[in-house]
Amino acid sequence: MAVGKEIRTQISSIKNTQKITSAMEMVAASKMKKAQDRMLASRPYSEKISNVIGHLAYAHTEFEHPYMKDAGELKRIGIIIISSDRGLCGGLNTNLFRSILKDITNYQAKGIEVDICTVGKKSTAFFKNTGLTIKSVLTDLGDTPHFDDLLGTIKVMLDSYDEGEIQQLSVAYNRFENTMTQVPTMMQLVPMVAGESDNMNHYWDYIYEPDAQEVLSALLTRYIEALVYQGLVENIACEQSSRMIAMKSATDNAGDMVKDLEMVYNKARQAAITQEISEIVGGAAAV
Amino acid sequence: MPTIHVDVVSATEELYSGEANCVFAPASTGEIGIYPKHVALLSTLKPGEVRVETDKGFEHIYVSGGIVEVQPDVVTIFSDTAIRAADLDESKALDAKMRAEEAMANSSGEKDLLSTQAALAESMAQLQMISKIKASKL
Repeated sequence: MAVGKEIRTQISSIKNTQKITSAMEMVAASKMKKAQDRMLASRPYSEKISNVIGHLAYAHTEFEHPYMKDAGELKRIGIIIISSDRGLCGGLNTNLFRSILKDITNYQAKGIEVDICTVGKKSTAFFKNTGLTIKSVLTDLGDTPHFDDLLGTIKVMLDSYDEGEIQQLSVAYNRFENTMTQVPTMMQLVPMVAGESDNMNHYWDYIYEPDAQEVLSALLTRYIEALVYQGLVENIACEQSSRMIAMKSATDNAGDMVKDLEMVYNKARQAAITQEISEIVGGAAAV
Repeated sequence: MPTIHVDVVSATEELYSGEANCVFAPASTGEIGIYPKHVALLSTLKPGEVRVETDKGFEHIYVSGGIVEVQPDVVTIFSDTAIRAADLDESKALDAKMRAEEAMANSSGEKDLLSTQAALAESMAQLQMISKIKASKL
């Protein structure tokens, strides 16, 4: 029967798409678990190092590191933007970019210029067209990023801070709240904002080996790297869970569409049969 | 006997966490032994072995450099996971630039050309940065 051939083709193509989206959903779900484990595994390091930085803020250090004091009036700031390499993960990247753009516009309104550093293909593609200076780019990190990969990118921005080109450095990423919620977050890296500390107001200082400047530089650089790395692994966990949700709803929507189209198809088929019968009956009556 | 809390962490995992009688760490100026009520200390580490002495015996952990923070009742050891080079990886940036140039020579569509041109500009900026860093260090 020739009835509804187009509709049948459409139904089968939607069903194929549905198979793909449901497969992607399952892949994302299994990757999400691993990404979350990785995120939790790297948390102790960043928490511990934040504690030490907290102590440091209360110690009366003999040497004040540039990262710990104000760099003066803000003229130009740097932002490290962490996004995913691939799309099909709902509004994850778009929401992040929108919130960053809002912040950037605010800065520009105050006459502060913005340099950026992009991590991930999506942010690179997006911010290429905004006319901002891209200082460095890092893409193709995969699902298991290595700490080493980040060092170069961070160094470019920190050097730019050291040279006084920028007076503030932040990192922007999606914070993993839970599987359903990802929050676009902007966090200031340098100059450091003093953290909480427990009752350490009496006068004390560390013994430094080999010397204060060297140890503090090593520690603060690691602290910044740890924060960016934490942002990166959180963003990957966000990407996977967001993709899982997006693919789940795509699968559901495809199911609804198939249902609707099948209804239309059945109606058309029924109408064709009814018409045929009435034609036969009409024909028989005429003879 | 008083004990001291020891945490050994790396960026990707927690290596050790628990109470100890004392702990030995390979500080950059020589191995140090830390007992409870040690004075506050901050030191860099060189690659080597961290030994944690507990009632059950010694725990051996290898660290590839890092930092140790000592507070009177807490020791935190940050182990490095990355191999540290003073400079940016210049050859990587060069590779990226070459790839961008290659793609541009082979590209036919205008859109492709635009995106590779942007990629080229980016790696050029990276290279400029590197040479600037080098110049400032000389």
